[in-house]
Amino acid sequence: MNSSIVFQTVMYLVVLFVLAWPLSRLLATALDGSLSSRFAFLGRSERALCRLMGINADEDMPWWRYALALLVFHLIGAVFVYAQQRLQGSLPFNPANMGAVSPDSSFNTSISFLTNTNWQGYSGESTMSYFTQMLSLAAHNFMSAATGLAVAVALIRGFVRRKAAGVGNAWLDIYRSTVYILLPLSLVVAVFLVGQGVIQNFAGYKDVKLSETVTYQVPKTGADGQPVKDAKGNPVLVDTKTAIQTLPMGPVASQEAIKMLGTNGGGFFNANSAHPFENPTPLSNFVQMLSIFLIPAALVFMFGRWVGDARQGLTVLGAMTLLFVTMVGVEYWAEIHANPILTHLGMSGLPGNMEGKETRFGIVASSLFTVITTAASCGAVNTMHDSLMPLGGLVPMWLIKLGEVVFGGVGAGLYGMLIYAILAVFLSGLMIGRTPEYLGKKIEAFEMKMVAIAILATPCLILGGTALSVMLDVGKAGMANPGAHGFSEVLYAFASSANNNGSAFAGLSANTPFYNVMLGIAMWFGRFTVIIPVLAIAGKLAAKPRLAQTSGTLPTHGPLFVMLLVGTVVIVGALTYIPALALGPVIEHLQLFGR
Amino acid sequence: MNTLKNPGLIRPALSLFVLLTVVTGLAYPLAVTGIGKALFPKEAAGSLIEQHGQTVASGLIGQSFSGPTYFWSRPSATSPQPDNALASGGSNLGPTNPALKDAVKGRIDLIRAAHPDQTGPVPADLVTTSASGLDPHISPAAAAYQIHRVAKARGLSDEQVRLLVGANTDGPQWGLFGEPVVNVVKLNLALDEVKK
Repeated sequence: MNSSIVFQTVMYLVVLFVLAWPLSRLLATALDGSLSSRFAFLGRSERALCRLMGINADEDMPWWRYALALLVFHLIGAVFVYAQQRLQGSLPFNPANMGAVSPDSSFNTSISFLTNTNWQGYSGESTMSYFTQMLSLAAHNFMSAATGLAVAVALIRGFVRRKAAGVGNAWLDIYRSTVYILLPLSLVVAVFLVGQGVIQNFAGYKDVKLSETVTYQVPKTGADGQPVKDAKGNPVLVDTKTAIQTLPMGPVASQEAIKMLGTNGGGFFNANSAHPFENPTPLSNFVQMLSIFLIPAALVFMFGRWVGDARQGLTVLGAMTLLFVTMVGVEYWAEIHANPILTHLGMSGLPGNMEGKETRFGIVASSLFTVITTAASCGAVNTMHDSLMPLGGLVPMWLIKLGEVVFGGVGAGLYGMLIYAILAVFLSGLMIGRTPEYLGKKIEAFEMKMVAIAILATPCLILGGTALSVMLDVGKAGMANPGAHGFSEVLYAFASSANNNGSAFAGLSANTPFYNVMLGIAMWFGRFTVIIPVLAIAGKLAAKPRLAQTSGTLPTHGPLFVMLLVGTVVIVGALTYIPALALGPVIEHLQLFGR
Repeated sequence: MNTLKNPGLIRPALSLFVLLTVVTGLAYPLAVTGIGKALFPKEAAGSLIEQHGQTVASGLIGQSFSGPTYFWSRPSATSPQPDNALASGGSNLGPTNPALKDAVKGRIDLIRAAHPDQTGPVPADLVTTSASGLDPHISPAAAAYQIHRVAKARGLSDEQVRLLVGANTDGPQWGLFGEPVVNVVKLNLALDEVKK
């Protein structure tokens, strides 16, 4: 009974809410500055650092300046991450002697980590030095998540402030998010993970002596260093033996903690959270799943508290939970049915689809993780999504395409869902013939234009990018699976990039100049064509007065608004993507089960 | 524009970037390394297993076994050799891919031939590749399937081997999390230690 999907989901949600509630208080006090006024030493160090860094701590930035600050901050980061990858061969902490990363891969990875996507075209254990993993990649896990928090807080200020000129101070928001929230939480989670077996060291790669010699085949290379081919042009294979297994090492746990808490998802190793050194036990898996939703859930509570009406937060939370539970159900149902092609061969139908899954997680913990990581913008995987059953792959793909608003990324989930909430009050306003209002702020033409940009930008990137790739030979060359599944791989890649998720149907050979550049573009614009309109809305709303509620105001709390919100999300998501999904996972499902 | 009230963006951005990079990219991982080493030295170093003065395995990382005297691990999709810890990953084969069907068919034939006493369906985890390619576990059903073959090849009784399997089986963690599993790497190391 304990291992049933219902029990596991309920236990997960209960623990999540119990932890998120107190965290929401810390979030609120840290981000509104009351923490630094209550503890004098924090306030003093903040002011001293600001003086040193040339920051005017009292500056209240108008929305455009706030946006500009974030852009400048991330452009500097992009240049730094790019440069470190290109130069890593001559930098320290590199016991495995990793050389320079290619220019297109470095470009892709730098955009990927600063946009909180953590799409990985490369394979960590054979590409990145420890120094690159820490200084560029782990550090950006913090900074990109802090940006998400900052933008969400700026939007909430837009609702709360009356006739104000600014939406906050970007520098202080980033600093406080990182130092008061992300860092202490990561420290606790990281140490816990080490206790479960996640490695954390700076040792060189370790050789172990195998009990049984492994024989395998490698292509033979001639004296010229080129692969030798036989008469038919096939490469000649030679038997090779080894009695050694080389284990990668590294500072994994520290990166793992922020990878989850910051909803980043970029693994230290290629196999990500399926790798036993990243996620060794079912308990470490549970803690990783909790870490993904922890800050997003706490932010929703904080939102309710900050706008002075806890019911507003609970309503948003209700809509998220409803969508989440439904998707867990569909995912589990899809994966518990074994592949009929394989059961016909004589494979047992129990416990379900085990291709691309780890034994210790089984179907239940794998399905739950898959939904959580794509409902949020995390993108860590403990299951290979490419090998999910067709509808099991549709669920994560669709959750990503909804904009990851079901709890969602750190900050990004909340501001994404609030964009949908504004759309929902607008649609309801049209139906009942009233000027739409949300939380006492009139929603007018400017806000609706920005909402439209934020909602339409990512579908354009996803559908446009996918269409272009499947028309070009360089795009088609990357597909690993034939037929409808190959199309799903490309569609998933663009959805994952443009929505800053970072998980993949990993069969796609994406570490090519074409995909590195295309997906890099999708990640950059997918992030900032949402952030900039959101900040614009925040700025406009902050300048407005806050209206009193009257009997004519549409209530934005309670079950009715939960359903309106869920309906808006589902309808927008369905209308935009059903045609594309029909060409991929839906066709594949019919091919598999429709005979 | 008053430069004092509205300072530029470059200097704050650059200095904040440097500060946070040093704190989160250097100080933080070094702190975790220090604390981890102090509290959990064995786990932090990779849960390595020593035998006769030699490091023979990590208890967490799967190894490939194909001989008759060993319990077989799950198939691994890493290349060039199976369970290559420098190239973790899954097969990424989709459910309708003919290559998946061919691969599974080949494994089922191999397993059926090696276990003539078993007539039921082959356990799913024994013929499908894991997500990491380094899965150290198999299901209790997959271990039970192989007990007779291993016992026969080693000249042990089924019961002796069954006891060893039981000793290397873990139930759900805390009775709450995950599935019951058999650690193949530890089980095979234990088998090699048995005196006939």
